[in-house]
Amino acid sequence: MSVKHDPLDPIEQNSQFLLSKPTSLWKGAFGRLRRRRTGQVGMVIIGGLLIMALFAPLIAPFEPNEVLIGKEEIKRREAPCYDALDFIGMWRCPTEDAPQHLLGVDGNVRDEFSRVVFGSRVSLAVGITVVVIAVTIGAMLGSIAGFWAGWADNIIMRIMDVILGFPSFLLAIAIVAVLGPGIRNAMLGVVIVSIPAYARVMRAGVLSIKQLDYVSASRSLGASPLRILWTRVMPNALTPLVVLATLGLATAILDVAGLSFLGLGAQPPSAEWGTMLASERNQIFSAPHLVFFPGLMIMLTVLGFNLLGDGLRDALDPSLQD
Amino acid sequence: MLQFIGRRLLFAIPVLIGILVVTFFLARAIPGDPCKSILGEKATAEACERFAENKGLNDPLPIQFGIYMSDMVQGDFGNSIRFSRPVSQMLIERMPMTIELGMTALIIALLIGIPLGILAAMKHNTPTDVGTMIVANVGVSMPVFWLGLLLAYVFALLLQGTFLELPPSGRVTAGLISVPFYEAWGWTINEEGFFGNILEFISNHFIFNSLITGDFEIFWDTIRHLILPAVALATIPMAVIARITRSSLLDTLGRDYVRTARAKGAPERRVIARHAMSNAMLPVVTVIGLQMGVVFAGAVLTESVFGLAGVGTALVEAITSRDFPVIQAITVVAAAGYVVINMLVDISYAYLDPRIRLE
Repeated sequence: MSVKHDPLDPIEQNSQFLLSKPTSLWKGAFGRLRRRRTGQVGMVIIGGLLIMALFAPLIAPFEPNEVLIGKEEIKRREAPCYDALDFIGMWRCPTEDAPQHLLGVDGNVRDEFSRVVFGSRVSLAVGITVVVIAVTIGAMLGSIAGFWAGWADNIIMRIMDVILGFPSFLLAIAIVAVLGPGIRNAMLGVVIVSIPAYARVMRAGVLSIKQLDYVSASRSLGASPLRILWTRVMPNALTPLVVLATLGLATAILDVAGLSFLGLGAQPPSAEWGTMLASERNQIFSAPHLVFFPGLMIMLTVLGFNLLGDGLRDALDPSLQD
Repeated sequence: MLQFIGRRLLFAIPVLIGILVVTFFLARAIPGDPCKSILGEKATAEACERFAENKGLNDPLPIQFGIYMSDMVQGDFGNSIRFSRPVSQMLIERMPMTIELGMTALIIALLIGIPLGILAAMKHNTPTDVGTMIVANVGVSMPVFWLGLLLAYVFALLLQGTFLELPPSGRVTAGLISVPFYEAWGWTINEEGFFGNILEFISNHFIFNSLITGDFEIFWDTIRHLILPAVALATIPMAVIARITRSSLLDTLGRDYVRTARAKGAPERRVIARHAMSNAMLPVVTVIGLQMGVVFAGAVLTESVFGLAGVGTALVEAITSRDFPVIQAITVVAAAGYVVINMLVDISYAYLDPRIRLE
C-alpha cells in the first residue's frame, strides 16, 4: 500500500506543524510589531533619532558649542534662513549672501541646527542610562520580593509604596534639590522615582511564574534557588518589563527635559533640548524658532518611544489583537 | 462599605508616615552644616550651638523625627530661610492659585477626554478613531512647558488684537485687586488666628471669591488668565483619559449584556450611555486619581512658564535659594494630598464596583 500525500489530512497537517521550526517569542513579536502602524511609526522616529545621534558630527555643519562671532556676518538669535527652502516664508533669507542656518542661531550665536542634532545624543543617552539602571535595580528588588516573599517582600514593597506615594516628578525635584542641580543628579532623581513600577511588575511576574510546573521540575531536580531564579524564572518574567521599559524611556526623557527646563538638570552650555529651550524661553516672542525646535524634538522623541512601547505591548500579547 | 473605608484609611497611614520619613531624611541629607545654611555662612560656633539646642539637633534621631512629625501634623512647617516668615503662611497665599489651576485643568481634561474616548470607541477603526488616537498619542508625549510657550506665542502675539487674544502671564491684570469676601462683607476677623487663616485661604481662590462677592471684572479676568496655563496642563491627562476611555469602552462593548441590550432593540445612544459607560468608567476613575500626580507635577512647570505665583513657582524659587523648609513643606503637602486623593478614588471605586469591597 502506497502512502498517498493528502494535504487535507489532519494528522499530516499536524505533523507538518510539529516539524516546522518554532518561531521564538521575540521573532514573532517583531514580525507583528512591523505590521502594526503604531510600531512602524515608532520605529521610524526612533530609527531616525538613532541615526541622528550616531552620525551627529557628519550631519551637523558646526560643533554644538562653536560660537560664530567673527566667523560669519550674523546677529544673535538670527531667524532661520535657507535658500533651498526659500519658497516657505519662514526660511527666506534677508539678503542674497546671508549665511545659511537651517534653524537659525541662538543667543550665543551658535548654530541651532547643530545643537539640536547633538542634543539627540544627550537625550538618548540620558533616557537609556536612566531606564537601564532603573530596570536593573527594579528587576532585582522585584525578583527578591516575589521569589523569597516573607519579610524581604514586605520591606521592599512598603518602600516602593512610599515612593509611589509621591507625585513622581515632584519627588525627583526634591531629590535634585537636596543633591544640587546637574544632569547626573537629575538622572538619579528620575531613576529613583521610576524603580517602583519595574519592581512591582517584576514581582507580579515572578510570583506567578514560580508556581509553574517547570519551576517545580527544576526544584525537584535539585537546582539551587538562585539558579532557578536566574535561569528559569527571570527570563520569563522579563517580557512585560520590556514594554514598560520602552514606555519608561519616554517618561525618563520627558522628566529629565522638564528638570532641565527648571534649571535643575543639564546646565548650559550643554546642548540638551530642555536646557536650550529654557535659556531662550524669554525670547519666545522675538525668536520663537529657538523655543520651537528643541521642544519639537523632545515631543517627537517621547512620541517615538510611546508608540514603540504601545506597539510592542500589542505585539508581545497576541491575545490583544482585534 | 464602612469596613472597606476603614481598611483603606489604615493602609494610607503607613504610606503617610513613610512620606514623612523620606522628607525627614532628605532634609538631613543636605550637604553642609544645617546651622550655616540657615543662620548664614558667618554664624559663630556659639550661635550654632544655641541653634542646634533650640532645633533639637543634638537629640537622638528618633526623637528628632517625633518632633518633626508632630510639627508637620499640626501644620507647623517652620520658617522660610529666605523670607523669614512661616512657611504655612506662604502656603495659604500660594496654594489656592495651584488648586485653581489644577482643578480647571482636570475639568478641561475630563470634559474633552471622556467624550473623545467615547467618540473613538463608537467609530472604532474609522478615520475618526485613528485621528482621535493620533491626537491622544501626541498629547501624551507633549512637554507641557513647550506647549505652554507655544500657546502664549499664538494667543498673546499672533492673535493680538483679535477677540481670541489671551494674556501670556500673571494671575490678574496688574492694577486689579481681589478683595477678600470677608472684607467686602465688612466682617472683622483676627487675621492671625486659625479661623482667620482659613478664611484667607478660601478668599485666595480668586474665582470662588469674586463669584461670591459679585466682582465679575475680577472673575472674568482671572478666567482669561487661567485659560492658557490650564489648557497646557490639561493636555497630558486629557490624552490619557481619552485613551483609557476608548479602550475600556471597546472592551465593554464586546460583552454579552451589551449584545443583549442591542438585541432587545435599545438605541445605540442608550446602549452606550446606560449599559456600557457605567461599567467602562471604572478604569477611567482609577486613571483620574493617578493623573492628579501628573497635574501637580505639571503645575510646577506650567506656573513657571506663565509666571503664576503658585506653590510650583515657590518650589522652584526655594530650590534656587536652597530654602529647604519650603521645599520640605511643599513636598509633604503635595504627597499627602496625592495619597488622600488616591484613597478617595479607591473608595469611590469600591462604591462603583461592589466586588472590590470584598477582596
